[in-house]
Amino acid sequence: MTAAVNDYQPAPGGAARPPAGLPRLLPAAPEDLRAHLARYGPAPYRGRPGALIPDIEASGLTGRGGAAFPVYRKLAAVAGARHSRTVAVANGAESEPASRKDELLLRLAPNLVLDGLQLAAEAVGATEAHLYLNETPGPEVLRALAGRSSRGLDRLRVTITQAPPRFLAGQETALVNRLGGGPALPTFQPPRVNERGLGGAPTLVQNAETLAHLALIARYGPRWFRAVGTGAEPGSMLVTIHPPDAKTQVREVEIGTPLRTVLSAEADTQAWLVGGYHGTWMPVPDAAGVTLDNASLARFGAAAGAGVLAALPSGRCGLIETARVTAYLAAESAGQCGPCLNGLPRIAAGLAELAGPGHRRQTVADLERWAGLVEGRGACHHPDGTVRFVRSALTTFAPEIARHARGQCPATNRRPFLPLPAGRPTREEDWT
Amino acid sequence: MPDTLRVNPIQCTGHGVCAELLPELIAVDEWGYPIVDPRPVPPALDRDARRAVAACPALALRLVRS
Repeated sequence: MTAAVNDYQPAPGGAARPPAGLPRLLPAAPEDLRAHLARYGPAPYRGRPGALIPDIEASGLTGRGGAAFPVYRKLAAVAGARHSRTVAVANGAESEPASRKDELLLRLAPNLVLDGLQLAAEAVGATEAHLYLNETPGPEVLRALAGRSSRGLDRLRVTITQAPPRFLAGQETALVNRLGGGPALPTFQPPRVNERGLGGAPTLVQNAETLAHLALIARYGPRWFRAVGTGAEPGSMLVTIHPPDAKTQVREVEIGTPLRTVLSAEADTQAWLVGGYHGTWMPVPDAAGVTLDNASLARFGAAAGAGVLAALPSGRCGLIETARVTAYLAAESAGQCGPCLNGLPRIAAGLAELAGPGHRRQTVADLERWAGLVEGRGACHHPDGTVRFVRSALTTFAPEIARHARGQCPATNRRPFLPLPAGRPTREEDWT
Repeated sequence: MPDTLRVNPIQCTGHGVCAELLPELIAVDEWGYPIVDPRPVPPALDRDARRAVAACPALALRLVRS
């Protein structure tokens, strides 16, 4: 940890008191530029590249896009790269179909994300700033950008690029390819985008929520940030919750919150899905004692990911749900790496067999073997995440597998529960 | 400094030449794609490893400093 830690100093122009407790990021209604400036004041630029990085390091902020990578390390890598061009990107692609938090954040607090983008850009000495979105930008984002531009608040003009509606579109190397005008397909690393990204320039990619946290740390300091969360994983995070009644909510919770308090509908819950479609199914007894931080979740092979939580209601079939999502994940393989291209469709077919009445004796063993064959053998983590999801289903729903083998399915309701994009399947070649 | 074999899985098209030349360190999966021993190449196999790298028709196999 570094010594030069600036704790909260009111920004010139009069930022209000730092928020105590939660929410930190999500106002109740969309906050336009005037309201944003009244609450926070202008973005507290530090005047030179690198100056913000010690505060970010001291805050312990990690990426909220799923990988939970320490933010200061990416900042330092890009800031330290010697190149005539440097790029900063706010990643709002949110290509996980069950995640809605970045979309909501960009609607309610677009200026916080845009402050974070400008501050991160300054911190790495960026010469370009980009915003990557999964759909056409909403009016809140466009108004925020126009207002900031007319007041001269942004040091860098922000270029918006739209992501194709593909699961992997938000993956860093896919994002860089898309920003460069190509298809949003992952590439093999190294080099990492930190070293050689858009057009060969060192490129910082941070999730939209991460940048909003960064904008608050720049104002209120690392000690304020650490007032919530755990020592190892400080701060708050946005979660997208799919409760048994399927009424999706986005909430901001303290990292380390007990999972069972995030949603009070346990009676109707038969299993939890933690971390989205690259995440982990957890039986209710496991989930009962777990807290929403990666140290606690890791004991069950799980991780918070981008904060997707789903409570599978009783009366639904976890195998049917897993088979549906796995078929989607197989179709979302970029098809570039042999093991993923060959393995995922077989895994999806095996799960479809388990979800139906009766199955061949060797199907579970086949699934376990294919899982081992695709894991760690892709250019990106798509096979690894898919395998994690599938393996957790095989253990969590082992009793259901046995019942299906006897021709019985516990489902009383066969309507799909976990959300998938409408209008599937996408054309295979559609990556732009 | 010993080297490690690394496959670029995007470039690899599963010709299988590498596994034929270096069965000690490379197997093929049931779809024909190489499964590479992640450990450093032992000195005795260094020449064969270099031959396998040179022979890959897709230029997908490399030796990297471990």
